[in-house]
Amino acid sequence: MSEVVEKDLLTVSDLKIHFPIYKGLFRKKVGDVKAVDGVSFAIQRGETLGLVGESGCGKSTTGRAVLRLYDPTSGHVIFEDRDIASLSDSEMRATRPRMQMIFQDPQACLNPRMTVGAIVSEPLIEHTKLSPDDRKAKVRELLDAVGLNPDFVNRYPHEFSGGQRQRIGIARALALDPDFIVCDEPIAALDVSIQAQVVNLLEDLQRERGLTFLFISHDLSMVRHIADRVAVMYLGKIVELAPVSKLYSNPQHPYTQALLSAVPVADPKIEAKRQRVILKGDVPSPSNPPQGCVFCTRCPIAEKKCFTVPPEWRELKPDQFVACHLA
Amino acid sequence: MTDQSTAIRSDDALREAVSEHRSLSRDVWNQFKSHKGALIGSFIFFGILIAVMIGPFLWTIDPTFVDIRSRNQGASLAHPFGTDQLGRDLLARILQGGRISMAVGLVAMFIAVLLGTAIGVLAGFFSKLDGPLMRFTDLFLSLPLLPLLLVIVTLFREPLSASFGPEGGIFILMVSAIGITSWMQTARVVRSEVLVLKEREFVLAARSIGTPPRRMISRHILPNVISPILVSATLGIANAIITESALSFLGLGFPPDFPTWGRLLFDAIDYMPQYPMWVVYPGLAISLTVLSVNYMGDGLRDALDPRARDR
Repeated sequence: MSEVVEKDLLTVSDLKIHFPIYKGLFRKKVGDVKAVDGVSFAIQRGETLGLVGESGCGKSTTGRAVLRLYDPTSGHVIFEDRDIASLSDSEMRATRPRMQMIFQDPQACLNPRMTVGAIVSEPLIEHTKLSPDDRKAKVRELLDAVGLNPDFVNRYPHEFSGGQRQRIGIARALALDPDFIVCDEPIAALDVSIQAQVVNLLEDLQRERGLTFLFISHDLSMVRHIADRVAVMYLGKIVELAPVSKLYSNPQHPYTQALLSAVPVADPKIEAKRQRVILKGDVPSPSNPPQGCVFCTRCPIAEKKCFTVPPEWRELKPDQFVACHLA
Repeated sequence: MTDQSTAIRSDDALREAVSEHRSLSRDVWNQFKSHKGALIGSFIFFGILIAVMIGPFLWTIDPTFVDIRSRNQGASLAHPFGTDQLGRDLLARILQGGRISMAVGLVAMFIAVLLGTAIGVLAGFFSKLDGPLMRFTDLFLSLPLLPLLLVIVTLFREPLSASFGPEGGIFILMVSAIGITSWMQTARVVRSEVLVLKEREFVLAARSIGTPPRRMISRHILPNVISPILVSATLGIANAIITESALSFLGLGFPPDFPTWGRLLFDAIDYMPQYPMWVVYPGLAISLTVLSVNYMGDGLRDALDPRARDR
């Protein structure tokens, strides 16, 4: 048997998103917020890539740029041989059904003045030529697929709980049978008991429909559960990218080590002895990132070189990529 | 046995309640009905509207008929509201004047709200248009309105009167003059609402679906800015009626013998110490209209908001 080469569904290379800062009476451009500054990764078909990092590190911006909700400053987002970053509006519209998004806040992501039926059928109205009856049937089928009572189509979002609303959001994302879904912290606003339900639903749907996920989160244990590979972001850059097993058992980047050491363990004996790496200081401003390694200002093991030379992105061990001089 | 059957029956009832098709207009009407003020307000408003529309056909005294011998009369069967200093019947004048005032108020409000909403939505939604459109709004806000209206009236009164007749011409002139000088507040409020809405995740979701801007506006933006629009619409009617009376007072509006509520009010001011009722009747008509419209708008705003509807 010849070995099967898994084709990447999505390849992001050197993606940069800078938001200009204007100041003064004449709105002169005085700098950039470098929200995402040279990010590269690839996602294989059927895989879940976890994207973790602290608030403001550019996770969500990356996720939105992948769907071209923001125009990238530079770099490429190749989705099935086509560069999303440079498609025209009409080409982009034709590509949109293939890639969808699930949002963080289930309250804000549903239009309060539309019924559930109208919300879920919006993608169908925009991209398919289904008759109203077929559309209704499809909406009911979708609601059923995400575990909601199909009789709820005439209700409004505020009549549902957080978890149910998130399911409505998922039903909308699934309406056009996409291949790729960006999950932008889909569980961050939910109760812990509901989080598990939603994550299990996502996993089931992935298995049934062969979906590919970019799963953005700051919940390391949830990412460990759902993701195949994990990318750790810090200040607009990916500092480490590795399969789940390797990243969690043997983190290489000092930032990953610090992050993982903050995850509590549900065993009092181990928890009591757990060594925490506590980072000092704050994240530097993304409008003025450090010269060398982005993490050098807070790194416990930083050397002279780290402050001047940006570390190279290298494959330290098979499949385990890291951006650190000292790893 | 009985327990079981009631259990089943209530289950069926529940299913029916859940799957019952809820039409939007019925939901809105149910909520509107439960708002007492709105209900009373709409009764008064439509009462006044019907009175001024068919009143002049029932109360057939000519509002401009001068009967100098029966001037300054109090209330009587022949003249329920009395007569003015020229002996014209006040009831007939108020009914006739209400026609003009209501028509001016409604049409001018419609123009102002349409303009304001269009400019506000465009400025809020398309960031490239924001600067130019809002500076344009500022320009209109900074214009001294009375001189502007004076110029509009002197420039366009003759040609409009010539093509639409003296009354029609003045009416068009009035409503467009009031309309294009009072849309700015609406535009500002709508723009700020749109700016907030634009960043909400459901708009982002619609963008990720690929909804084109015009449908994004009609489906997601406009239904969510309906409250400020309704508020400025109800205030707009009041504002238009009052502006029209101010213009009539300055001699820029309808001809002096042509009754409008504002006109009647200002005519009566000189006689206020002797005949206070001359001020009270048109004043009451204006206040009741404005107040009832405000309550109606309040109820309508609640009725259109699905979150308030279930409370």
